[in-house]
Amino acid sequence: MMNLDLIFPEIFLSLSIMTLLMIGVFKKKSENLVYNLSIITLAILFAMVVNLFTINEQFIFNYSYKIDNLSSFMKALTIISGIFVMISSSTYLKSLNILKIEYPILILSSILGMMVMISSNDLIVFYLGLELQSLALYVLASFNRDNILSSESGLKYFVLSALSSGLLLYGCSLVYGFSGSTNFIDIANTSTNIEYGVIFGLVFLIVGLAFKISAVPFHMWAPDVYQGSPTSVTLFFAALPKIAALTVFIRFLFTPFINLIDQWQTIIVFISIASMIFGAIAAIGQSNLKRLIAYSSIGHMGYALAGLASGTNEGIQSSVIYISIYLVMTLAFFSCLFMMRKKNVFYEDIQDLSGLSANHPILSISLLIILFSLAGIPPLAGFFAKFYIFMSVIEQSMYFLAIVGLLSTVLAAFYYLRLIKIIYFDKPKQTFEKDHNFGLRLTLAVSTGILVLYFIYPGLLNELVSKIIVI
Amino acid sequence: MFEVGLGHYLTLGAIIFTIGLVGIFLNRKNVIVLLMSIELILLAVNINLVAFSIFINDLAGQIFTLFILTVAAAEAAIGLAIIVVYFRNSGTIRVEEIENLKG
Repeated sequence: MMNLDLIFPEIFLSLSIMTLLMIGVFKKKSENLVYNLSIITLAILFAMVVNLFTINEQFIFNYSYKIDNLSSFMKALTIISGIFVMISSSTYLKSLNILKIEYPILILSSILGMMVMISSNDLIVFYLGLELQSLALYVLASFNRDNILSSESGLKYFVLSALSSGLLLYGCSLVYGFSGSTNFIDIANTSTNIEYGVIFGLVFLIVGLAFKISAVPFHMWAPDVYQGSPTSVTLFFAALPKIAALTVFIRFLFTPFINLIDQWQTIIVFISIASMIFGAIAAIGQSNLKRLIAYSSIGHMGYALAGLASGTNEGIQSSVIYISIYLVMTLAFFSCLFMMRKKNVFYEDIQDLSGLSANHPILSISLLIILFSLAGIPPLAGFFAKFYIFMSVIEQSMYFLAIVGLLSTVLAAFYYLRLIKIIYFDKPKQTFEKDHNFGLRLTLAVSTGILVLYFIYPGLLNELVSKIIVI
Repeated sequence: MFEVGLGHYLTLGAIIFTIGLVGIFLNRKNVIVLLMSIELILLAVNINLVAFSIFINDLAGQIFTLFILTVAAAEAAIGLAIIVVYFRNSGTIRVEEIENLKG
């Protein structure tokens, strides 16, 4: 008898999605109800997933679905950030008049897709999870459908993401053909001798996944989509799909293709270096905050991949820590963006920040902390995230990667510091409204608090992550 | 007698895949053509999978193909819906005129 307890969170989530759809269809004016119920669903789901955390590696459905500490941790991370995304963006949705019942349901379905992706141990399961996630994301990107920018970003995201799915699938077909199985464990067993078909397929798979986490040279969709989508959706894009895609990266590289490490290591190092440098340089000339954060996230993905490139368990753990802290920083930054509101208009230009400190001291000090943390200045959390990555990279004597990483940190610090200069030393331009709802304040307080206080007791996160053993 | 083997199917798959890929990057006219190119890529993958499935005697490839067909249908539906939404806002679906987002 299969142990269905292990997949119970996913079953619960899919049943709740259907129930919420029914409520939305049959009850009039139920947007708020569905929205709040989805937050509660996510909270229950979080408890369920945390409950699974201590379970050792287990497989269900004929070895196609894997539950281990990595999957439970990443799922918990996905869900908790989903909760914060939703509680922080309700005011934004209401003032743009796009709070419809479909919105929370689409978010829930894409979270379901991510959970399937995170746990997948088979090419078919992985592909279905990926598509469930992306189909919901296409619609979310163009959710503000009367706005030309939003629909254009949806269109661009759709075309490029479908293209990347196609590349990924072509890779899947080659891997399947030359190894004879879709199961990750079987692929690992057959690919001990180097077969060129499998390597070819692996390259396509890496390209497809790099698209999904927007790593250079497959990043071109990210800035446009980040800028055009509604800010709440941008936050969702910047946070959640990256966790899922990074987990899949870890799974792919370290389960089926672990024997090909000499082949993929160079590719990952190249992608990582290119993303770090590009993310640091391209962000300098931007004037839109959402576009800027898109380039910044490209750079951050480069650092997360650097941890994977080291090919050790410490490297994976440092990547996981990095993505967790990146998530906190993203949440904090976007809650500041949500606070820049005046008469139902949200400001997202860098010039709108000018002289913010004169009228909004608390918002400015939070932005100061967040930007310092993004730049990686001690003792904030962002520094430790980068520190662990560089430690694990240097341990493998990959000095070139570490040096490029450090240099691009310095480059990237330029535009973060420029923002701080604009906030603190430029002439005050405008004042924003100050009545923010509780969820938004809570998100900003919690995430900024984590960034500041992380250094006091880093063991809290590190001990959890140290239980993640992939190889 | 000339016999059709795995290599021929794979070549056919690779050619169709390349046509789809080139179609996405060279197309300057119409977004619908992009949708068709994406569909071509998925079909190339299907040819690959079915051919492999026959030649290595394993059913998983054909099952995978069925899933891909289903997902491709859903993807085309969503893609068309997004194109309609975009057309309502801008009045055009010419690829070269999609340039409101730049920087």
